[in-house]
Amino acid sequence: MPAVEQVWSWLAEIPDPEVPAVSIVDLGIVRDVQFSGDQCVVTVTPTYSGCPATEVIAQNIRQALADHGIEQVQLQTRLSPPWTTDWMNAAAKEKLSGYGIAPPNTLISISPRIACPLCGSTRTGLLSQFGSTPCKALYRCQDCLEPFDYFKRH
Amino acid sequence: MKLQNGKFVYLTRLADTTLVLSHRLAELCGKGPALEEDMALANVALDLLGQARMWLSYAGEIEGAGRGEDDLAYLRGDREYHNFLLVELSNGSYADVLMRQFYFDAWHSLALNKLSASADPRIAEIAAKAAKEVAYHWRRSSDLVVRLGDGTGESHARMQAAADSLWPYTGEMFIADHVDAAMALSGEGFDPGELQKEWLTTVERVFATATLQMPPRDAWMQKGGKQGAHTEHLGYLLAEMQALPRIYAGAQW
Repeated sequence: MPAVEQVWSWLAEIPDPEVPAVSIVDLGIVRDVQFSGDQCVVTVTPTYSGCPATEVIAQNIRQALADHGIEQVQLQTRLSPPWTTDWMNAAAKEKLSGYGIAPPNTLISISPRIACPLCGSTRTGLLSQFGSTPCKALYRCQDCLEPFDYFKRH
Repeated sequence: MKLQNGKFVYLTRLADTTLVLSHRLAELCGKGPALEEDMALANVALDLLGQARMWLSYAGEIEGAGRGEDDLAYLRGDREYHNFLLVELSNGSYADVLMRQFYFDAWHSLALNKLSASADPRIAEIAAKAAKEVAYHWRRSSDLVVRLGDGTGESHARMQAAADSLWPYTGEMFIADHVDAAMALSGEGFDPGELQKEWLTTVERVFATATLQMPPRDAWMQKGGKQGAHTEHLGYLLAEMQALPRIYAGAQW
């Protein structure tokens, strides 16, 4: 049976279906990994209640573990504490930025200054509170004039 | 009514209210007045649908009759639906859609805060999860009520008309029945009457900024949705929403 750390590293290779630049571990979706006898118990938490990626993520976890020889997988959902972008590590935020998505702000503010992931300018403005997925809002840079996604602080 | 059945009804009220409003918002997908609004409506609908699924799944477990979320969503008739009348009304104009959302979001935020402290840990965790999403919904709906209420003469008139015509459907959110009373007593739910004062204060504050008049507080209020007595609007919604699973029973895709 593989070590729990090994399982974590396999899970860390599974990209998020909607934001493939980061993994499901980067996003803080995987909350716990344990073995119960032969069975690998993976605990996950949904990002947004209605996020359609949740079911794809579950399938991808089963597939990835099966590829590494773990057939007996039990997936558990944990709602509490509710998912927060504060669980995203610094490396993940850098990956998001490199992918063209402004990472979530860590300051609690109603209208935070969001830096443009393309040119770095902080002269940006909100275009739409809701973006292409539940976790993102749409911004535009007033210097390079490019629109970009902002991963909302949640 | 046995308490266990009461809890099932209580959970279906939360589930059905979020599910029906989600469906109404989904009807607007591709028809929003601006691209940003189209995305906002679909996003809010998606959050509410996710919340409805969590409430429905739990309701099915509490009922203990083997019904899952899909059975409850697709195979109950209108008399078995326990949503607020406010959310089942046909969409009407965009002012109506926004005002309905505003009235509901204000209640929803307060209600989820209460439920986050429920003595039932499952109710508490679903509510805490949903509350984060609803805070974002509320920010948009209250912002738009201000922008359009205090906008042009035309937008102001439309928002005022929507505020007045939907008002009689808001009272139901604060009227307790024996199900609410039992859930409040056990600490699993709350007394809806307790929310009214804060809700009114919140609505009043936003309306003042939006230059909208508060409808009369003593207006006659519609009720019955929570007990399964609905307006003529709900049947058509369910007919559309349930058509496929009813025609192709057990279909999977």
